[in-house]
Amino acid sequence: MGKVIVVTSGKGGVGKTTSTAALGAALARGGQKVVVVDFDVGLRNLDLVMGAERRVVFDLINVVQGTAKLAQALVRDKRLETLYLLPASQTRDKDALTEDGVATVIAELREKFDWVICDSPAGIERGATLAMRFADEAVIVANPEISSVRDSSRMIGLVDTKPLKAEAGGRLEKHLLITRFDPARVARGEMLGIGDVLEILSLPLLGIIPESEEVLRASNLGAPITVCGRDSAPSRAYFDAARRLGGETVAMTIPSDSKGLLTRLLGRRAA
Amino acid sequence: MSRLHFLTPVSSAPVARERLQNLVEHDRRLVNHADLVTVLREEIYALIGRHAAIDPGKVQVMVVRGTATSTLAVDIEVPNRARAPATSRRLHEGEGKAALSYR
Repeated sequence: MGKVIVVTSGKGGVGKTTSTAALGAALARGGQKVVVVDFDVGLRNLDLVMGAERRVVFDLINVVQGTAKLAQALVRDKRLETLYLLPASQTRDKDALTEDGVATVIAELREKFDWVICDSPAGIERGATLAMRFADEAVIVANPEISSVRDSSRMIGLVDTKPLKAEAGGRLEKHLLITRFDPARVARGEMLGIGDVLEILSLPLLGIIPESEEVLRASNLGAPITVCGRDSAPSRAYFDAARRLGGETVAMTIPSDSKGLLTRLLGRRAA
Repeated sequence: MSRLHFLTPVSSAPVARERLQNLVEHDRRLVNHADLVTVLREEIYALIGRHAAIDPGKVQVMVVRGTATSTLAVDIEVPNRARAPATSRRLHEGEGKAALSYR
């Protein structure tokens, strides 16, 4: 029986899709069977980030409505043979997703894969609540920025109440993934620090992904950062996060400012 | 000191942190209030429903927020022909608005 993870944030543009692809690929690299599921019906992008957009034939809605079999809709990754994508529909709207249909699909995926990673759409509407409905654990993605942190706080409340597991009296394990972290700006007092975010959200930290040009480069190329930018700092941070997701204890290092002494001196002055 | 100002970047993170702390606390309270109203409505309906046949749509629970305190307004329409006569008489006396202050 696989584990179902929802990657959610409330706010858009914080890195849910990038993180879903990166974590999925990192887990698949370890030989585990992984499927990443795009729940963003009407605005799908996970296929693009994975570089699989030209191989999408059927999608989640087709499977939910029974017009395609699950095996027909799954797209296998070109580089990692244990990584699969279940794309969202680009033409339908999110009302085409029914709870019963999603339940059936997730149950089937859970049997076939070790990890089912659901990429939630932004917002707190139906698409987002359906993405978390059958989850065992949640990864909340946040940027060290006020609107993102505020939305994450709201999301925590939803993750505590909306999933089936929570309704049954259980508690979803929640992880905080901080993305687009810029140590130089934190040092200058221009960005919330890790401690500030943790104090406000009080969630266990899954990882800190530093802001990096490599992330955009990877999505330009259509490959998860953990596949094409393997030695980059964000890739290493995602690999660590994936290991933590798997239950390993991996020491957390707060990315440090590599800009040199001068910036650091100025940063200290600001603090 | 002011001449050295250009060396000291404006530190905006502490401002962000303070605004966020207040905001998140406020948001959580709001959400809790919304939950409170739902829970109260369900429990009041269950309680009154044991003694009188009431319509769940006719149970209204409202929180009117004031500056220092908030007022909880409960409005229940009880039909004249209730199941248990003894209970219904008591209910009729208090029919209309039952308002109580809390916090």
